[in-house]
Amino acid sequence: MSDSNSGCGCGCGDGKGCAGAAKPSEKDVKDLKVIIGLEIHCQLNTKTKLFCGCSADFRDDAPNTHVCPICLGLPGALPKLNKQAVIYALKVAKALNLEISEVSEFSRKNYFYPDLPKGYQISQYDKPIALRGKMTVDDDEGHEKVIRITRIHLEEDPGRLVHKISRDRAGYTLVDYNRSSIPLIEIVTEPDLSSPKEARRFLNKLRATLEYLDVFDGEKEGSIRVDANISLEGHNRVECKNISSYKGVEKALTFEITRQRNLIRRGQEIVQETRHFLEGRGITTGSRSKEDENDYRYFPEPDLKPLRVKDWADKIELPELPDAKRERFMSQYKISVNHAKTLVGDIKVADFYEGILKNPAISKETELAATWVCDTLLGELYYRDMKIDAVPRECFADLVALLKDKKVTDKVAVDVLRAMLDDIHEGRKCAMPSETVEKSGLGKGSDDEFTEIIKKVVAANPQAVADYHSGKGNAINFIVGQIMKETKGRADPKSLNKLIVDYIASME
Amino acid sequence: MVSEEEVESIAKLADITIEKEKLAGFTSRFNDILEYFDILDQVAPDETTKDDLYNVLREDEVMPSLTQEEALVNSGETEEGYIKSPKVM
Repeated sequence: MSDSNSGCGCGCGDGKGCAGAAKPSEKDVKDLKVIIGLEIHCQLNTKTKLFCGCSADFRDDAPNTHVCPICLGLPGALPKLNKQAVIYALKVAKALNLEISEVSEFSRKNYFYPDLPKGYQISQYDKPIALRGKMTVDDDEGHEKVIRITRIHLEEDPGRLVHKISRDRAGYTLVDYNRSSIPLIEIVTEPDLSSPKEARRFLNKLRATLEYLDVFDGEKEGSIRVDANISLEGHNRVECKNISSYKGVEKALTFEITRQRNLIRRGQEIVQETRHFLEGRGITTGSRSKEDENDYRYFPEPDLKPLRVKDWADKIELPELPDAKRERFMSQYKISVNHAKTLVGDIKVADFYEGILKNPAISKETELAATWVCDTLLGELYYRDMKIDAVPRECFADLVALLKDKKVTDKVAVDVLRAMLDDIHEGRKCAMPSETVEKSGLGKGSDDEFTEIIKKVVAANPQAVADYHSGKGNAINFIVGQIMKETKGRADPKSLNKLIVDYIASME
Repeated sequence: MVSEEEVESIAKLADITIEKEKLAGFTSRFNDILEYFDILDQVAPDETTKDDLYNVLREDEVMPSLTQEEALVNSGETEEGYIKSPKVM
């Protein structure tokens, strides 16, 4: 076989749609702009489902125990719309600067799949509850940019399917309708996002905003699910479905960009398709696309009346949202923009910070408190997979007070904090740091106290002293380290350094 | 009016097989039904058919659900409280 008729010669083994296509240069491929739009489904934390009074608090319960004729789609059952879900959707719409529709309507989205007991999902189609909004996000260079929101609509969650393999390898599917008809809002963005990291930041901020509004609980499993549309400039678009975590979004998008770039490098065309994200493997796979938009045969839901709720939105009072809180923290507490961003990124962290500042002993220590919350506490919590609510505010405030009064070194403070978190994590009562420090004698020692130890350590390490004299400044660090060990971190390294240098000088 | 192709594609969406020889029969019966809608469309809406209702809502209050036993009573097959369905993935 000669090269001329064995396909494209690019190694794709295909030849179709590839033969003759000019392969772009590496630089051209690298420079292709990434275009991402998201569809984000969030469960609203109402007490009941969207169209019936079944409790929405189903997560720990046996399958098919939160169901009734309405959410099972039994013949003759009629949906009754939950007012709270409408109010929550309006709250989100207002917070994201959308225009509330004068009239909105529900539609039936028809598809045949066992997660839908009725054979259709009640959703909104051509008359969603709100249109055209925006939210800002930091781009990869740290500059604020606007992401346009296309629309927000209300819809019901489908049931949950469990796929099983049977002995004859045919397999079967188990269906649980507890989730059927849990209220969702779908938030659709314009394709304004330009990188996987930016998409993740957008989601994090969206989650924070929804939690500020108290309409959503991001800690519940499966409470957010994302479909992402992604393309490289000038090429076809691919839809990635089935992304159910914040990390997953970044992973799925990163994988897709690499996959699409590789195809373009080889001169192949991107197939416009729906792909599934496999979270465990971090890859996307092509899935035979279920339906075209037309196949859903949307039509107005005859069992539900239209909504005219524009004036309701005017009466809704929004709480302080992340951006406003960040500005206030910076001006009121004089903390850095990075600390402010970290604190307001989670309302529980922001509340914790303001909570500890209520303690009169540290109410003026806004910077010190921000530093210890952002740079130490959050990391230690993450390491233990703990939530900030578990930390007693008076204990943490007490620790900050010790630092403020210079009663402990940074090193000892970290140790005390770790012990405190370990106690809480393992179900023990956590002691006040000031008591711990007093009991175990971890308080920062006075300079006098260390003089003896310095004498001892210097005498025991003549080589280090000789090195110091021969111009190796680092030798002092060795002695500092020995003394820190000896004093269990109670000495402040900076003042030690000076004490040692002075002492060695006095020996001459 | 619908064509045989459209009936075939709707059957596919509903996961129903229609045998080739029955396709013409189904199509003409669909069209018979659609003709009734054409007749209904000729009736002008008047005051009695006007519907001004909107914002029909209920409060977010929990009502009793069915028991698992009641919920599963119409299912052909079940397993550990789940409804069993043919494989769909």
